Amino acid sequence: MLSDLYSSTQTPDLKVIDLAKQFGSLIALDRVSLHLQPGSFHALLGENGAGKSTLVKCIMGFYQPTSGEILIEGRSQEIKSPSVAHQFGIGMVYQHFTSVPAMTVAENLVLSRFDSPKLINWRQEMEQLQAFMEAAPFQIPLTRPVSQLAAGEKQKLEILKQLYLKSRVLILDEPTSVLTPGEADEILGLLRKEVTAGHLSVLMISHKFREVMAFADEVTVLRKGRLAGQGFVKELTIAAMAQMMLGEERTAKTVAKATLIAETPVLEIHNLCADKDNGLPAIATLNLSVHSGEIVGIAGVSGNGQKELVESLAGQRVPTAGQICVNGEPYTATRAQMFRHQVFVLPEEPLQNACVSHMSVSENLALRTFDRPPQSKQGFLLLRVMRQMAQTLVQTFSIRTPSVNTPVGNLSGGNVQRTVLARELSSDQIRLLIASNPCFGLDFAAVEYIHSEIVAARNRGVAVLLVSEDLDELLTLADRILVMSDGKLVYEGAIAEVDLTTIGRRMAGHSS
Amino acid sequence: MMVKHWRKTLEAICIPIGALLVALVLFGGFCAIAGANPFGVYSSIYRAAFGTWSSFQNTLIRAAPLMLSSLCTALPARLGLVIIGNEGAIVIGGLSAVAVGLFLDGSAPTIVQIGMALGGIVAGGLWIALVGALRHYRAVNETISSLLLNYIAIAILNQLVSGVMRDPSSLNKPSTYPIGMASMLGTLPGTRVHYGLLFGIVACGLAYLLIQRTTFGFAARIAGGNLRAARIAGLPVGKLTMAICFLGGACAGLAGMVEVAAVHGRANESLNANYGYGGVLVAFVARHNPLAAVLVSVLLGGILASSGILQRSHNLPDATALVFQGLVFLVVLYSESLYGKFEMFKERSAIAPSVA
Repeated sequence: MLSDLYSSTQTPDLKVIDLAKQFGSLIALDRVSLHLQPGSFHALLGENGAGKSTLVKCIMGFYQPTSGEILIEGRSQEIKSPSVAHQFGIGMVYQHFTSVPAMTVAENLVLSRFDSPKLINWRQEMEQLQAFMEAAPFQIPLTRPVSQLAAGEKQKLEILKQLYLKSRVLILDEPTSVLTPGEADEILGLLRKEVTAGHLSVLMISHKFREVMAFADEVTVLRKGRLAGQGFVKELTIAAMAQMMLGEERTAKTVAKATLIAETPVLEIHNLCADKDNGLPAIATLNLSVHSGEIVGIAGVSGNGQKELVESLAGQRVPTAGQICVNGEPYTATRAQMFRHQVFVLPEEPLQNACVSHMSVSENLALRTFDRPPQSKQGFLLLRVMRQMAQTLVQTFSIRTPSVNTPVGNLSGGNVQRTVLARELSSDQIRLLIASNPCFGLDFAAVEYIHSEIVAARNRGVAVLLVSEDLDELLTLADRILVMSDGKLVYEGAIAEVDLTTIGRRMAGHSS
Repeated sequence: MMVKHWRKTLEAICIPIGALLVALVLFGGFCAIAGANPFGVYSSIYRAAFGTWSSFQNTLIRAAPLMLSSLCTALPARLGLVIIGNEGAIVIGGLSAVAVGLFLDGSAPTIVQIGMALGGIVAGGLWIALVGALRHYRAVNETISSLLLNYIAIAILNQLVSGVMRDPSSLNKPSTYPIGMASMLGTLPGTRVHYGLLFGIVACGLAYLLIQRTTFGFAARIAGGNLRAARIAGLPVGKLTMAICFLGGACAGLAGMVEVAAVHGRANESLNANYGYGGVLVAFVARHNPLAAVLVSVLLGGILASSGILQRSHNLPDATALVFQGLVFLVVLYSESLYGKFEMFKERSAIAPSVA
């Protein structure tokens, strides 16, 4: 039983009163109050920059509030550091993974303890971990290195870590942005059960109204650092919450899909095979074609070969067999071919995959074009032109940066994403766009923007391959959906005739 | 824009100078323990390195090969490679330069010199390109392989100068036949400093332009900054690795040619005079910036030039200059960790700059 995981300590009552945090002249958080009752599931909504992260970082002791109080069990407490927060039973799961990739799941769990012993008795630890894992709401093989886990499994490990640390108040920062809807529902459902049983309270930062409606008891909405609304979820509608969040009634701006007959194949993949980093096969003889003016969506639970497929197409991984053709010609992702066929990629984790973090925004925007006129002349860079073009892109794509000379690593996640988007979508003649979880961790204004850009590209006749772990996203955008499981495509259907039950079963690896 | 960055600029100037002062204090302690008056030693070093025009020329003569050699580390560093095979590239470059020089014996001196330079450049370049190939195609650690290649290069030198290439008249110090006075590199007008200094300064300037202003340098910086981003942009990482390693090795090879053609006149064990390791240090202290490498080379050249006087006037062992060199570099490398740690150097956009 999961209840065995918890010691006899009570789930504490957490109250935040008039909390404010000021950074220089910027007021990040302006007198926000919040009450997390024991055994309740509280959602924290707000757009990027609304102050959600600042609020939870104050609770976790990363920041010291400028004014206001944090009450635990009714007593005012000063939380000086995350380890103090841990003593009060408060733990946080971050949006970015915090595990050591080269170490195993078991090692990471032991490492996460605040009271790590000087000597580790591995036999004893493993027995305890095994017992813990059996009782935990989800399981991950203890001996597997974290680097071999898929994104979804890594996120599960982050949550398991907090359970292992016996945290009774769990703060989750967009925990489901890397999970499939099925996984998300499963994890949140299990957490919900624990909350209902009174073992935990959860404070979850989210962008997804669906999850808030389904799992949360209460919701607090922040806008521009201020409290924009608070209430019980059962008394609120999505429209009301969206209005609190955006300050106005949300109008969904979806670009109408033009009716196109997708005939000309742009991307053709013949019998492609590729290995994982550890040398085990990830993709087995995969065949796929994407036509001009078509969005082909690839659904699947993370870790079933999608990452390797995208990397093979993007030039980051050498396939072990098979052929990729673009516009009928063999394609090996060289720079010349990318330019000739106008192939662009929106990879996941753009800072790690598509940017050089210490180089400037303008240099990163020039990654695809720096070696051609007008940005260069006979092998010499024309830095002025590069900066001017960057200025234009920064404006067109509303990238928020102090200047185009700022290192891209200093920008917020959403703005890094916009930078890559600007680079990859600004060409007039895109023929093929490969996108992988392009909206990972973005607020919904940004998501909507990216979605409309992708559909607009499709309407211009671009062939789009969209790999996503967000089934809702695929259902909104794709013309055709394929399901990838265990390195193979196991389902294909036009959007009009997809059957969600079948997709779910195939994603889960059932063959019928 | 410039106003905003003055603190950063000040930081980049103050930290290395501070490090130098700390190193001087530590070295003073060392001298005191060894029984010499630290202040006397300081003034001797200064006089021997920069005190007179004549001593400064000595410094410059030593700085020239250091500049060229430092590029062998600084250029590949922009691609994220840590290469310390400078010594080997100098030796191979020098050997090859002598071989070409002897082969062209009798041609016009300019032809011989150009041939020797090309020989040094190509041989040194290929030597380090081998390191790049091992790195890129076989994933061999470039630091270790380039270090090991140093020993191989020195062994080849010893084998050749005491074997096939030996001049029988060189008795105590086996050497190759001399290239002949006529083919030696001349000196800059009005000085004792040979043309190698000009080569060094020009090479550093070109290297800076190459990295900062050309598409090739841009591609290398991308690949050095994030290999995955470079792959997604379709950049030929293998070719870039080979090319930049070749260029780095070529500079060190040219240093070998300069040593042979301007100083020794022949190849022997003097080629292996630690300019390679000195170059590694220069590159790190200059933070792999070729322009800064020019200045750091002069500084290190000065320290090397003072070694004799420490022995003569202070009765200190001749390795004392190396102790000083080691201290300077340790402290300077340590100071790298201090960037961004001082409150006074943090950019404050709200506060108007005042006279500090």
